[in-house]
Amino acid sequence: MSVSAVEVENLTKRFGDFCAVDSLNFKVDNGEIFGLLGPNGAGKSTLIRMLTTLLPPTSGTARVNGFDIERQANEVRCSIGVIPQAMTSDLDLTAAENMSIFAKLYGISGEKRRRTIRELLKAVDLEQWADKPVKLFSGGMRRRLEIARGLVHEPKTFFLDEPTTGLDPVSRVAVWDMLENLKRQRELTILVSTHYMDEADKLCDRIAIIDHGKLAALDSPLKLKASIPGQNILEVSFSQVPEGWAATLRALPEVADLKCEDHVFRLSSNNGPRTAVALMEAARAAGVTLTSLSVQSTTLDDVFVHYTGHQLRDTLQEPPASSSQFILQRG
Amino acid sequence: MKRILAIVERDLRRFRASPTLMIVSMVMPLMQLIVLGYAFGGKIKNLEVGVLDQDHGMPAIKVKEMAQAVAANARTFHTVPYDDEAAALRDLRNGKINGLLEIPPQFSRKVLAGANPRIGLAEDNTDQFSASALEATFDQMLAAYNQAPVTPRFTADATLSVVEIYPYVPYIQFLLPGTITLAIFVTAMIGGGIIFIDDKARGLHEGYLVTPITKLELILGFNLAGAAKAILTGLVLITLGSVIAGIPDPLNPLRLARMLLLVMVTSLALISMMFLLMVRVSDPLVPRAIFGVLNTVLFFPSGAVYPTQSFPAWMKVITTIDPFTYAVHGFKQLVLKNTGLGAIGFDLLFLLAFTLLAMAAATLLFKRTL
Repeated sequence: MSVSAVEVENLTKRFGDFCAVDSLNFKVDNGEIFGLLGPNGAGKSTLIRMLTTLLPPTSGTARVNGFDIERQANEVRCSIGVIPQAMTSDLDLTAAENMSIFAKLYGISGEKRRRTIRELLKAVDLEQWADKPVKLFSGGMRRRLEIARGLVHEPKTFFLDEPTTGLDPVSRVAVWDMLENLKRQRELTILVSTHYMDEADKLCDRIAIIDHGKLAALDSPLKLKASIPGQNILEVSFSQVPEGWAATLRALPEVADLKCEDHVFRLSSNNGPRTAVALMEAARAAGVTLTSLSVQSTTLDDVFVHYTGHQLRDTLQEPPASSSQFILQRG
Repeated sequence: MKRILAIVERDLRRFRASPTLMIVSMVMPLMQLIVLGYAFGGKIKNLEVGVLDQDHGMPAIKVKEMAQAVAANARTFHTVPYDDEAAALRDLRNGKINGLLEIPPQFSRKVLAGANPRIGLAEDNTDQFSASALEATFDQMLAAYNQAPVTPRFTADATLSVVEIYPYVPYIQFLLPGTITLAIFVTAMIGGGIIFIDDKARGLHEGYLVTPITKLELILGFNLAGAAKAILTGLVLITLGSVIAGIPDPLNPLRLARMLLLVMVTSLALISMMFLLMVRVSDPLVPRAIFGVLNTVLFFPSGAVYPTQSFPAWMKVITTIDPFTYAVHGFKQLVLKNTGLGAIGFDLLFLLAFTLLAMAAATLLFKRTL
């Protein structure tokens, strides 16, 4: 039996009174792309930093590729590749030099180093820029270089903290294509945090939604979408509404949930078309004029909002160790 | 070992790729050497001294002639004749002249009568350097004036015979040992302080921390990388600096080899000191803010610009523990006196012990996590 790539048990991290990660439990299977979703400050980066041995946990344990993150930190480090949130390539060095330094840090020497660097730069489509300084690279190129750099020692599990934040849509697609290709060729397990729901939906085998340091939901994108009330969302607005209109709408067939603001209503429905037809009939009968109506199928955005609530998270938090005006934070 | 070298390699490649750092750490100290060396260098010259003769007798004319002789030869000052005392004093106050030599009425009569003749020197004592230069010059001049026309063969006057055991040392050469040390310090400050913290803040260290490098390898890597840059700077300073300062036989290989050894030890000491100061810092403003203070606290008590014996007791404490003191002392022996290693043995020993202590303390404080 092969061990899980990542096993997290009651993992907790506190900064003073602030609990960034609160008793998390989950497993990541070998070979899957596992997405971490959550609002800013939910604890995603802290979780990744603990799993990559950058931060010691306050309590609980985790095993990465079968190694304990505290007691076997060095074995963990040898078996993982990490792309931190900040852009960490050396701008003054060339792409190949950046790779070479890291290969040396992992103790890969001689001919093998040169061959691996060539292969990886080819895999991320940067081979023709190998000897150009990284400061001339675009954001997407730098990210791809970092992905190649993270793979020089052929890790089994790859951790990426918001790899596509701040990139233009074309570069984002390119980064994900590379990741999928690499995963197929190398039997990688990928644990990735992201803000982009559409990406997570398309690419992740399973998604964990994290909020306030806790696991809010964990499943495949399809099942997550099915798990929240309403398969479809109807957004409808009216010129004016009579008394008790919200109750009328709620009583329409298949309606699972209703939210309203002024004259704009948002209905979750288990059967969008049926509810829409009934809604129009009800409006005509009551003499209410529709000004707009849209029917959408449930997206991961809805799942996210359902599990995390949609209020802004304007709370103060402990600044991370690396926080400063000198960091080029992305997003 | 390979990992340590990888960190050093990365740093040196970046150093090569950014000429700004090289210019700042090598050219700036050389410029300082030249400007300070010539600004303070040598004897004071070309002051303006007013001469007010209210006597007009033969002895007064002799005094004026002697003053003009100084003006023509040593050129410590130029003379400006005045007739009006009020105008002369006004010019002195306004800074048009630096001093005023007043020969009062009745001067000649008192000289001839042997009745304590006096000459006045009014000086602008807001400028201590010029004032004391003028006093010394006029003291010498009057001593010559007072000398008996025929010197007796035997006198009871005790005289001082000065023996200079080294050739004359111009100020720029006196300054060179301090400048070499300062250049090494600036490189350590930028390479080991500012760039180190900036890299940390940018997340570059995060990249190191996720690799299987050990704590000791990291510390040695950072320190050797910083020391390598400081040694390069020191090498430029001991060669170019010696040529610019006009040290006799500036490229003597034996002396350069000894100086290189001291450059290495000094670089290690200053880098390990910076590393210890920065080991728990993460705010990039900190190294920038303490740069000036550290410079003052280390450089001036070291004896680089002024003899340490005249310092107050509290400053002598700094002098004793300041690695600059030993580096400057060592470079002075090698640059100004061309001594062997024996003369700087204690300096080398102190700097090595300082390095080991600082590294040990930094290793205890260093965290291998974020």
